[in-house]
Amino acid sequence: MILGDLDERDMLKGLRALLAEQGIANAAEIAERIAATDAANPGQGAAMVARAWTDREFRALMLADGTKAAEAMGIPMRGLPPLGVLENVPGLHHLVVCTLCSCYPRAVLGYPPFWYKSAAYRAKAVRTPRALLREFGTELARDVAIRVVDSTADYRWMVLPERPAGTDGWDAARLAAIVREGDMIGVTVPSV
Amino acid sequence: MSNDVAADLADRVPRAMHDLGGVPRFLCEAVDTAPHALDDFDREVDAIRQILGAKGVMSVDELRRGIEALPEDVYRRLSYYRRWVRSIASILIEKGVISEAALRAHAISGAGR
Repeated sequence: MILGDLDERDMLKGLRALLAEQGIANAAEIAERIAATDAANPGQGAAMVARAWTDREFRALMLADGTKAAEAMGIPMRGLPPLGVLENVPGLHHLVVCTLCSCYPRAVLGYPPFWYKSAAYRAKAVRTPRALLREFGTELARDVAIRVVDSTADYRWMVLPERPAGTDGWDAARLAAIVREGDMIGVTVPSV
Repeated sequence: MSNDVAADLADRVPRAMHDLGGVPRFLCEAVDTAPHALDDFDREVDAIRQILGAKGVMSVDELRRGIEALPEDVYRRLSYYRRWVRSIASILIEKGVISEAALRAHAISGAGR
């Protein structure tokens, strides 16, 4: 391994200086990119879910083409991998994982959470998904099938959860407030 | 092939360190579901990778190749974004974008935080 004696923080310092020197990335560009990345958050995905629950046409668009649906919500998707949307229905639950690394629908949910990147999550999702969900406090009925979907660098997935009972008449903003990050990966389900 | 048979086979085939789906040694490990905030180092590395991608200097597939080429003990020991820094440095050196000597010099003496 090259530069094995260097600490990664020093390597970053060196990279930062060299990339600026070569006109590839300067401090202002890096700061701008950090701000843009920090701005992406699960609230964006939650707004999509809430709209899908209240707007039949949008729901159809979202299931057919997640990228177009995100763009319709003003979320920038240009240059990013396509977004697929997995619809939870009675009797079928979806769970998203990236067994090889950490591919995540970042455009609509923000940075992947720590657990999503962990070895235990990646190992268990495809072998013992029902037990894995229990670690997140999610107990699915025995007759609900779990379909596990492995993300790749070239295709990202999010889950469209089922709208919980007891939310009749709620508007999209109120619905969006009950949708959490984990609901859109499938480790939890929204409830009221 | 039944799922059990497939799982047995998967456990017998040699696996790359990053190929974690179903790997037995992690099946008994609890998932740490607590939130972990990113720090400034993490955010900056992430941003640099995005800029390198957007400018066509280095792709996300190259990032992964660099991570997967790390020695296994290093891969297991390093945090997520420390792996990324090592990968980015290796790939940029391999492609001739920067030199190892220049990176070493700037890492040791460059103005940093």
